[in-house]
Amino acid sequence: MPERDHIQGPIDAPMRLVEYGDYECPYCGQAYPVVKELQKRLGKRLCFAFRNFPLVNSHPHAQHAAEAAEAAAAQGQFWEMHDLLYENQDSLEDEDIARFASALGLDSQRLMSEVRAGAHMPRVREDFRSGARNGVNGTPSFFIDGVRYDGMTGVEELLAALTGEPV
Amino acid sequence: MKTSSTRPQVHGNGSTAFPAGTPAPDFALKSTPDQIVRLSDFRGRLVVVAFYPADWSPVCGDQMGLYNELLSEFQEFNAELLGISVDGAWCHTAFCHDRKLHFPLLADFEPKGEVARLYGVYRAGDGTSERALFVINPHGVIHWSYVSPVGVNPGAEGILSALQELQGQEGEK
Repeated sequence: MPERDHIQGPIDAPMRLVEYGDYECPYCGQAYPVVKELQKRLGKRLCFAFRNFPLVNSHPHAQHAAEAAEAAAAQGQFWEMHDLLYENQDSLEDEDIARFASALGLDSQRLMSEVRAGAHMPRVREDFRSGARNGVNGTPSFFIDGVRYDGMTGVEELLAALTGEPV
Repeated sequence: MKTSSTRPQVHGNGSTAFPAGTPAPDFALKSTPDQIVRLSDFRGRLVVVAFYPADWSPVCGDQMGLYNELLSEFQEFNAELLGISVDGAWCHTAFCHDRKLHFPLLADFEPKGEVARLYGVYRAGDGTSERALFVINPHGVIHWSYVSPVGVNPGAEGILSALQELQGQEGEK
């Protein structure tokens, strides 16, 4: 798991889960609480990383949302913004994002000016390209220890795949 | 002719898809009710041909939707992307409009599946094509081909690797 990733859990954890996701994608929205539950159950045994894969033709708000999370990361609150975006998937206009930034106590003006200027676009693009080259075939795409997981994305199925134990 | 050998080829599952090193059969198919696209129009460029079973079915939508998002990646290789299914031109027009696709979908509609048969990727029992990918070099020769299980979106990893490889080869000349 490269240093550049946003991760939760110890970087040397025995189980590694990477998600390529889009903040406006409803299936990613469904996967969001699943990942939370996996993290709750596996604790420090799991390292989770999130990479951006915005499908901009289908989801007009996905690009700005991804850049907003990266802009929040620049102020030290990537995961807080990531969570707020997934918990408010129906409200991803720029004014909503500005509101989220204020609610998190971030410098909302700075965040929005970075988003409008595309300051974090290269980072989002880099994630996207890495996904395309690693076999992402839609969102969300999960990788367990570097291998694309094509199974069902329920808690029990993912847990079984991560731990290697049958459901 | 140097051909790719590192990635999965099409023969493993008993498929008869044209393998790497074979000249790509030319075709002329409608992209809209009044426009015809010929493979030979793209001689001198890299071409990605993606056969897929049907417009509107969820996996296909994902696959074509994904490639639509990746057009800029393909364009970096100066590669043209062509989608082909047995759906008619009007169906493709509606599908493209609905999914905001920015590349041509070709109608292998009459005689049905003729081009898929030419490429060895027609599924006679289903009346559709396989989910098959071909990367064609500037000389009109298949450089890489792959048939995915029909229910699995193959993504773009294989296509991008093949394009990368071809770009390297052209650069050496």
